Amino acid sequence: MFDDFFIRALIAGLGIALVTGPLGCFVVWRRLSYFGDTLSHSALLGVTIAYSFEINIALSVFLISSVVALILIQLQKKTNLPGDALLGLLAHSSLAVGLVVIGFLTFIRFDIMGLLFGDILAVTTDDLLIIWTGGALILLVLKFIWKPLFASTVNYELAEAEGLNPDRAKAIFTILMAAVIAISIKMVGLLLITGMLIIPAAMARNLSDSPQKMVLFSIIGGLLSVLLGLFSSLEFNTSSGPSIIMAALVLFILSLLNIKQSIKLKN
Amino acid sequence: MSSENSTLVKLNNAGFKQNDKWLVEGVSLTVNKGKIVTLIGPNGSGKSTTAKIALGIYKNIEGSVEKYTNKVGYVPQKISIDWTLPLRVHDFMLLTENIKDDAIDEALNLTGVIHLKNKNLGNLSGGEFQRVLIARAISKKPELLVLDEPVQGVDYTGEIALYELIKRISDTLNCGILLISHDLHTVMTATDHVVCLNGHVCCSGTPMDVAKNNEYKTLFGEQASQILSVYEHKHDHVHSDKGEIKKN
Repeated sequence: MFDDFFIRALIAGLGIALVTGPLGCFVVWRRLSYFGDTLSHSALLGVTIAYSFEINIALSVFLISSVVALILIQLQKKTNLPGDALLGLLAHSSLAVGLVVIGFLTFIRFDIMGLLFGDILAVTTDDLLIIWTGGALILLVLKFIWKPLFASTVNYELAEAEGLNPDRAKAIFTILMAAVIAISIKMVGLLLITGMLIIPAAMARNLSDSPQKMVLFSIIGGLLSVLLGLFSSLEFNTSSGPSIIMAALVLFILSLLNIKQSIKLKN
Repeated sequence: MSSENSTLVKLNNAGFKQNDKWLVEGVSLTVNKGKIVTLIGPNGSGKSTTAKIALGIYKNIEGSVEKYTNKVGYVPQKISIDWTLPLRVHDFMLLTENIKDDAIDEALNLTGVIHLKNKNLGNLSGGEFQRVLIARAISKKPELLVLDEPVQGVDYTGEIALYELIKRISDTLNCGILLISHDLHTVMTATDHVVCLNGHVCCSGTPMDVAKNNEYKTLFGEQASQILSVYEHKHDHVHSDKGEIKKN
């Protein structure tokens, strides 16, 4: 049944949505949108390295994104530059390095559009394996660090004072971010991965009054976005990434209507 | 002080430096089970810093901290919670530990905010939130309770009730309390040991010792010293908020 490219794309997309849902909530809560962008920009470099040395794309992207995340943490400690400047610095310089390296790789034909915006034709059976095992691992680790990570998201000092070791949770979460970008890059494209993390979570925020509900709605929103997006991608022959993100946007707009109604009810 | 095994946290000549400026230095103090230690001192004297050293929030400190418990409840002085988080009081109570529902209800009852259990944290008033903070800290039945100006923003009657509650918790749970308070009356009625800070320990001892100390007098003024001295006698009355005297 995995023979059909569309079935493979669906299974891949649904696997990704299951992971980006909960992780995206933390991205929204911890205000990490631009951190996600930085990691995904650096993913281009990971892709080019994968092509150069003929290693697995997800693995290479994961390694490069993790390195960039570590560099960021070091720069934050050692310089006085504001966080957003450091993020911009790393995002654009790693993107630039990636593009220059592509220029040198004249012997390889690149589908730049597919890289930037995702390509449902590119998903192989191996990719499915990576997405589902990688995704399951990510969710397992996230469940394990949930308490300290969430507590320190609410208030760092409370978590630290009451012995939850928030620094370790934060470091692990950073690795998880790199991992989710690695498994979703082929499908969503490196320019739009952050959208997949943020938009379903933002939609879920509009509908929830507790963290658990927000995670649940975020997952459901992500799954629906993938379904809607992929079917319209097939129908209108558009790139998979933008189609999925547009579907997420539509869901977000619908969730705004819900806010309006609840405000009316209150008044 | 009592025997070693009742010690919960001990600071040995501890200090913390930020941007080459000492926030506090040379602090030695011990919090034992069932005892209340109060830090007093003017603004910027290093009270909150000392509490954070004791809690292990500050890592690169001078001196040393010996902590003998991991069951800690903390009410910080300032807490910046991102109100965009969907967080009800009930979720907040479970923040650092999974507590049974009846323990949550009990704690919220004790601080008088059980009716807010399913309210969004962002919709609480300052005083209500402070009561929730205290409830959260005590609901996990900690061995060490660190309270940094726990009743700020709480109404007058609530303030008294909460201090009574704190005293009662110290007795019933037999937990040690490190308290920071500006209210010298409270300090005198509830405290076993007072540490007066002004960037360093300016004096410490029982409330009476501190009241008689000359450094304390110069720091807080003659009037504050009198407030403390008043408490040398046993209480036989309380003052209502209109100033009338009620016999006990």
